[in-house]
Amino acid sequence: MRVMNKGQNRRSVLAGLAGTGLLLASPGIIGRARAQAGDAIRLGAPFHRTGIGASYGRWYERTANAALEVINAGGGINGMPVEMIVEDDGTDPKRGVELIEKFSAEHKVDAVFGHLFSHVAAATAPRAGELKMPYFLCSEAHTLAAGGFNRYCFQPSISDVKSQVSSMAPWISENLGKKITLIYPDYAFGYDHRDNMTAAIKAQGGEVVADIAIPPTETTFTRYMPRIPFNTEVIYHVMVGPAVMTFVKELGEHLGSNRPEIFGFIDSLEAVDIGIPQLEYLEGTHFWEGHARYAQADQTEFDKFYREKVGVDENGASVDDARDISTYAHMFSVWETLFAMKQAMEMADYKGPDQKIAFLEAMESIEGFEASNEFPQGEKLFNGKTHQAFSHQNISKVTDGKLDVVYRTSIEETLYEDETDYTQMSF
Amino acid sequence: MTLHNGKLLALCVVTVIVLFVLQFVLPPYLTLALTRILILSVFAMGYNMLMGYTGLLSLGHAMFFAAGLYAAGLSTYYWGVTLPVAFLLGIIGAFAVSLVIGLLALRTQAVSFMIVTLMFAQAGYLMTLQFTSITGGDQGLTLPTDARSFGLFGFVVDMTSDTARFNLALLIFTVVLGVLFAITQGPLGRLFVAVRENEPRTQMLGFDTYAIKLTAFTVSGTISGTAGALYGLMFGYIGSSFAGFQNSIEALLYTLIGGPGTLLGPLLGTAVMTMLIDRLSGITTAYLIVIGVLLIVVNLWFPKGILGTIRDRWLGWLK
Amino acid sequence: MMDLAPYLLLAGLEGLVMASVLMLTALGLSLVFGVMRVVNVAHGEFYMLGAVGAWACAQFVPGHPALAFCVALVVAPLLVGMLAYLADWAILKRINYDPEGTIVSTIGMLYIIQQLTLMSFGPDARAVDAPFYYTIRTPWFGYSSYKLFTVVMALVLVAGLWVMLKRSKWGLVMRATQFDRETAQNFGIPVNRVYSIVFAIGAMLAAIGGVLVVPNQQAHYLMGGDPLLLSFVVVIVGGLGSIPGTIAAAILIGMSDGLLSVFFSPTAAKIFSTLLVAFVLVFKPEGLFGRSNRV
Repeated sequence: MRVMNKGQNRRSVLAGLAGTGLLLASPGIIGRARAQAGDAIRLGAPFHRTGIGASYGRWYERTANAALEVINAGGGINGMPVEMIVEDDGTDPKRGVELIEKFSAEHKVDAVFGHLFSHVAAATAPRAGELKMPYFLCSEAHTLAAGGFNRYCFQPSISDVKSQVSSMAPWISENLGKKITLIYPDYAFGYDHRDNMTAAIKAQGGEVVADIAIPPTETTFTRYMPRIPFNTEVIYHVMVGPAVMTFVKELGEHLGSNRPEIFGFIDSLEAVDIGIPQLEYLEGTHFWEGHARYAQADQTEFDKFYREKVGVDENGASVDDARDISTYAHMFSVWETLFAMKQAMEMADYKGPDQKIAFLEAMESIEGFEASNEFPQGEKLFNGKTHQAFSHQNISKVTDGKLDVVYRTSIEETLYEDETDYTQMSF
Repeated sequence: MTLHNGKLLALCVVTVIVLFVLQFVLPPYLTLALTRILILSVFAMGYNMLMGYTGLLSLGHAMFFAAGLYAAGLSTYYWGVTLPVAFLLGIIGAFAVSLVIGLLALRTQAVSFMIVTLMFAQAGYLMTLQFTSITGGDQGLTLPTDARSFGLFGFVVDMTSDTARFNLALLIFTVVLGVLFAITQGPLGRLFVAVRENEPRTQMLGFDTYAIKLTAFTVSGTISGTAGALYGLMFGYIGSSFAGFQNSIEALLYTLIGGPGTLLGPLLGTAVMTMLIDRLSGITTAYLIVIGVLLIVVNLWFPKGILGTIRDRWLGWLK
Repeated sequence: MMDLAPYLLLAGLEGLVMASVLMLTALGLSLVFGVMRVVNVAHGEFYMLGAVGAWACAQFVPGHPALAFCVALVVAPLLVGMLAYLADWAILKRINYDPEGTIVSTIGMLYIIQQLTLMSFGPDARAVDAPFYYTIRTPWFGYSSYKLFTVVMALVLVAGLWVMLKRSKWGLVMRATQFDRETAQNFGIPVNRVYSIVFAIGAMLAAIGGVLVVPNQQAHYLMGGDPLLLSFVVVIVGGLGSIPGTIAAAILIGMSDGLLSVFFSPTAAKIFSTLLVAFVLVFKPEGLFGRSNRV
């Protein structure tokens, strides 16, 4: 180690310590400067900028920015501009909890929105309730509608897994087959699919002939393939993680041309170009899409508007870079959630956190949304008791390397009996 | 019992008093952050017990944190036991796990020891995924509302109240600090240091170094588990990410920055790192780079951490 | 459901492919440990950089994918090797290869490399074309011929490394350094240079593993975790620093991982293999195949 003048060294160490201390204790220099109640609506946005959800997080942020631009250009909410404070949660539950505290106590935001990954949401939701912080999920988890969270949590745009799966099961059993092999990630999100699909297909007179759980960190799949029974009519796959291309390629190698029907969830292929040679095997297979990535022949003007504002072309890629594919099937939930919040805030004539309860009660009183620029994915029902939205689901077929919607479920098909009633819970 | 190192004791008392007063001075968010820092620094203090004082570098302390977290969380989730009982169960769970792992892992040394602890922790993490039907796996479990408050000696403590939470965290922190002061500044602590500095010689002097190390290991694991139990019960969520490698690394990082082998180093290290990440995450996504650079820089120029450097240069009693 | 025999054949083939890539990455780790007595936690990131390098080559080299593949096989490991050489010079030398300090520093390197990759390469998984496509069809299943090519490549490389270590002057120098650092220095061996070069070679082996594997999988900034863990497993089961032991262990672990997950849940198989490592270290620290080593 270098020999240093002791006195000087002590001074510089102390100065360094003092400086660091000052920096660390300074409460959000940037956020604080403009924190003054009543001059703006402030929204906390904990996005998955890094970690396993980073592909999604990037697009969630772009979509949110686009929506805010539209909202502010139209005069904001109740005459106030809307500001968004973005923080990275690293797709980490612990950090998610810390951030909800930060948003609540330091940034003093009016509401928090934008969590997708269910383990982050599961950790954050209870804390949101304790902090009495309105918390809007852009996730598909069924936990909320199952009564697992609290009165401060809402999912006003994207339908939950249970609703997605049960609404598509009839179509799958009628058009693809009744003997299903499930391939799903070996953790909670996968179990949601397994349990709901098993029940839904049984209700259609079909059966699950095999279920294959794959650990989320797996990178090669060939050795799981032999577990697919020969009498399988439909392979139902939902995989989340970067290894999906390997999965598809190995599925192709293993089964060859003599394959059963294949139905998958687009989740794993979000931000991935469907048209690349590695995914050729998907040609002719089917996918669930929350929102159709490729502009369809009957594209609504709302979808056109939304694409233009977010900066997405008709293939679901960034207008600046055709190789930068969006997470189109999910990210509409950020856009729509913001407009749902706007609607509720306007109904309550919301001016600041004092009217939080009125804002949330307004949210609970909403019965649905019409298809519009604000709700480009389409009309939806909103259940004020379970805090969950129900909307049309798309089944798309891969044709010439693109996704064509072949069936759009009705909203009725997505409904199921209420499992909870948050309005009975106190604020 | 004679009092060893009165200066350090005085500093600890002052620290606790300052921490207590801070809740009236700090803005609300920093009080919340300080609550978290206190809990995590209990974790780091447990880690420091082993790494700093006894010289055994473990890469698997998340396992003990998680043992406390799950033992406490699952017992209140499934059996509805009251929070104080769940907390005790968490401590007992961590004690049991650390005793068993210690018995095995301490048969190895140095690099092997690091890897054995890493592997046991990895197995523990995978088990939380394997038994998802019980643990909730990586999605975790949210503790029910009735597990968010408890009555003890006539007082009702509400875990959702920020004040209650802070003072409870401070209480546990103070108790752990007291216990660690008694251990490290007393005869047992000198034995730990003896093992760290020269194990063969300690053995030659007639001490059973395996037993000494096992004691340090178990105390360390139990304290880490205490932090885990506290974290789970306070924030009402248990999930497998707390058992992951990253969590072990964080304990190491906090200890390294603050000063291994100093009683208050973990608190300082946790505070600095937590706040640094907290400030940076709003400004840049590159905070992981900052952690990486800090690990390297501290290791290069301040291998003794902040308090360790101060101790070596100026204040010899700071240990 | 498939009969047991073809099922086992498939699991065996998969195990073989896994074993061969594992052999390369684990040998890198083992070499570094054997000669320098340090554990490189950033090893998996060098593997990831190899894969990302292969993707970059595929972007910049026009023409047939095989051409880009060949370029990648040379360029990516070289760049990664240079990076490792630099890291050794800038960091590890300065802490004098303190075993624990090295672990901490390489954890730091892991974070830096991961984050820089995220910022430049992005969060998405990206595919790279295989140099050739041909599916070998059996009556029960199809199998990628490229995967078998991976096995051959790995065997050739390992054989080359073996010859270099045993026959060349360089190998002698390395072995001398491994055996006794001080004596080697007294005999005029530039121990410091040897260390830097060994660290670079270790990283290059990982990077080659990454290049070979990327047509089967894809490049992703978090892909380094699993190979690191498995390499650990292999190096430890094989005996720290023992090269024949590492090769044998790679085959054992690769094959057993394939076969175990046929009969158990894959997570259970992983629990089994991590516990195996722990118990091997506790009860047979010289490794299953190693002679008693001065660890």
